[in-house]
Amino acid sequence: MSPHIILRVVSKLLIPMIVIFGFYVQFHGDFGPGGGFQAGVIIAVAVILYALIFGIDEAKKAVPPKLVQWGSAAGVLLYAAVGLATLVMPFAGEAVNFLDYDALHPDQSHHAGQHYGILLVELGVLITVTSVMLAIFYAFAGRVPDIPDEEW
Amino acid sequence: MEFLANALPAGLMAHAPALVVVVPLIAAAIAAFMPNGKAGWAVAMVTATIVAVFSLALLGAVAGEGVISYAMGGWAPPAGIEYRIDALNVAVLLLVGILGFLCVIYALPSVADEIAEDKQGLFYSAFLVCFAGLLGVTITGDAFNVFVFLEISSLSTYTIIAMGAGKDRRALTAAYNYLILGTIGATFFVIGVGFLYMATGSLNMADIARILAENGHDRVTQAAFAFIIVGLGLKAAMFPLHMWLPNAYAFAPNFVTAFLASTATKVAFYALARFLFSVFHPDVAFVDLSLTWVFAVAGVIAMFMASAQAIFQTDARRLLAYSSVAQVGYMMLGLGMGTVLGLQAGMLHLINHALMKGALFMALGAFALKFGVREIKDLAGLGRTMPISATAFTIAGLSLVGVPLTIGFDSKWYLIIAALDRGWWWAVAALILSSLLALIYIGRLLMVVWTETAPSHRGEQVKRTHAPVMMLIPMGVLAFANLYFFLDASFLVNLTEAAANAVMGD
Repeated sequence: MSPHIILRVVSKLLIPMIVIFGFYVQFHGDFGPGGGFQAGVIIAVAVILYALIFGIDEAKKAVPPKLVQWGSAAGVLLYAAVGLATLVMPFAGEAVNFLDYDALHPDQSHHAGQHYGILLVELGVLITVTSVMLAIFYAFAGRVPDIPDEEW
Repeated sequence: MEFLANALPAGLMAHAPALVVVVPLIAAAIAAFMPNGKAGWAVAMVTATIVAVFSLALLGAVAGEGVISYAMGGWAPPAGIEYRIDALNVAVLLLVGILGFLCVIYALPSVADEIAEDKQGLFYSAFLVCFAGLLGVTITGDAFNVFVFLEISSLSTYTIIAMGAGKDRRALTAAYNYLILGTIGATFFVIGVGFLYMATGSLNMADIARILAENGHDRVTQAAFAFIIVGLGLKAAMFPLHMWLPNAYAFAPNFVTAFLASTATKVAFYALARFLFSVFHPDVAFVDLSLTWVFAVAGVIAMFMASAQAIFQTDARRLLAYSSVAQVGYMMLGLGMGTVLGLQAGMLHLINHALMKGALFMALGAFALKFGVREIKDLAGLGRTMPISATAFTIAGLSLVGVPLTIGFDSKWYLIIAALDRGWWWAVAALILSSLLALIYIGRLLMVVWTETAPSHRGEQVKRTHAPVMMLIPMGVLAFANLYFFLDASFLVNLTEAAANAVMGD
């Protein structure tokens, strides 16, 4: 039987909650405090907790370093793609400036375009922040050998 | 020049101010996906080409329209972030665009030699982030945005300098040193911007300038001025805030040194000029005082101290790095005169120095690629073993001294004219004397390159060889530019004259 049974069971319960809370912070960012930066850190914390309890190798199996590297670039691309989309989608027949979200949706009375825009941009921030946090964690955690279980 | 603006379709041209920064930023993310160095380089090359085309088109547009203003996200300035291009920053934008383009051509063989294969994709990614940051600092009209882009370019610069660790582990301490000092500089800068915001309630540089002119100055704006000058001075390696520079240049990968020497400090120096002349104004008493007593005096000390230090270096790249600090001194002197002519001379030397140092560091990179040489004594006989690179090195070196027939002479000529116009005879003497110091350290390099015999290997003379064509082309273009712009200086002179008039003219 594993010596860390309590830690493992509790963290298995907690990790999904942390991720859900992360998404809550993410999507609540439209209406109140929150947003991609905070949510990205919270979601990365879930993976870091997993790595602390189950070991860095297990964590790297669940979230491969390659994925982390691609994720940090993909978030930036998503953000920039929103900006480019606003350039090619004319609003009310006129070209708008870079990152002018109004272009994304014709419904001006509810500022629907602004909602879509910030949602997509924050998603990009979330992906990049999560990935970069994990990349930093992997880089530091990867430098020292794992402590063998007997030495706890 | 207006014809350049028509080179691009109008729809693209309207968004050129945003795209010139956004394209390298997107390309940086794409380069991170690239599996090997060749693919990463291809992304960087395409990007650098696009940026060079955009910067030429913007040059044409500024020549036609005067000032271009672009509101990010449709939020009108001064509340929104404004990208604002006038004759001053379009000159720097063009410099960064063209030098970036030439450096990226040079990068392929140099980076393949110096950086581990699996890291090259990420290396190009970091380089493109740096490139985007430098372009951003140049183009933005928002003081806080300057800080953001300054940090973007600095953070990636620390990374790409540290990548030199593959050849020499000292790159790590050099990068760390720069990280600490660079962060202090950025902090000082943002504190200054904070004070300005406190005093004026605006972050838009043109708006701040307007409010300051209306409301006048007080202790807060004076503190802001001091913080901003120190912060940007650190980034620009202004004497005596240059301590990070020699090691960073000496141990970074050769391509990075060539790129940084010809763009990064130049952009920081532009930002300094923007704040000194555009946000603050030399008519204000304390600005005028610091121009004379901080910029001109420290500039002259830099011209002598750093040149003297350069003379005693043993590492070729460190020698040129100290020479860079001395050359920044010339630009400081030009700015310190606080006149249109002085600013023009400073900007002219800024551009010319980028052309000289770019060629010099590229040639050293070529020597390092073929023979792995870093020390000055190891340059022996390269005039015979690598004649083309050595010729480019010599032309750029003579240009650095200011020998007639090279653009270095133009720089000094305009600086001397400006000094005489200001009535600063001592500055003329300082310029000439420090040129003699430059003659000594460049002479040391050239003596070793041309007069000493090439080393022999097992009794056999080292054979004549050439750097890869990809290195020779950009190096040759820069060396040629060093000669060409002496014969026909009108392009650069007009460019810098317009730049100086844009901020100082009445």
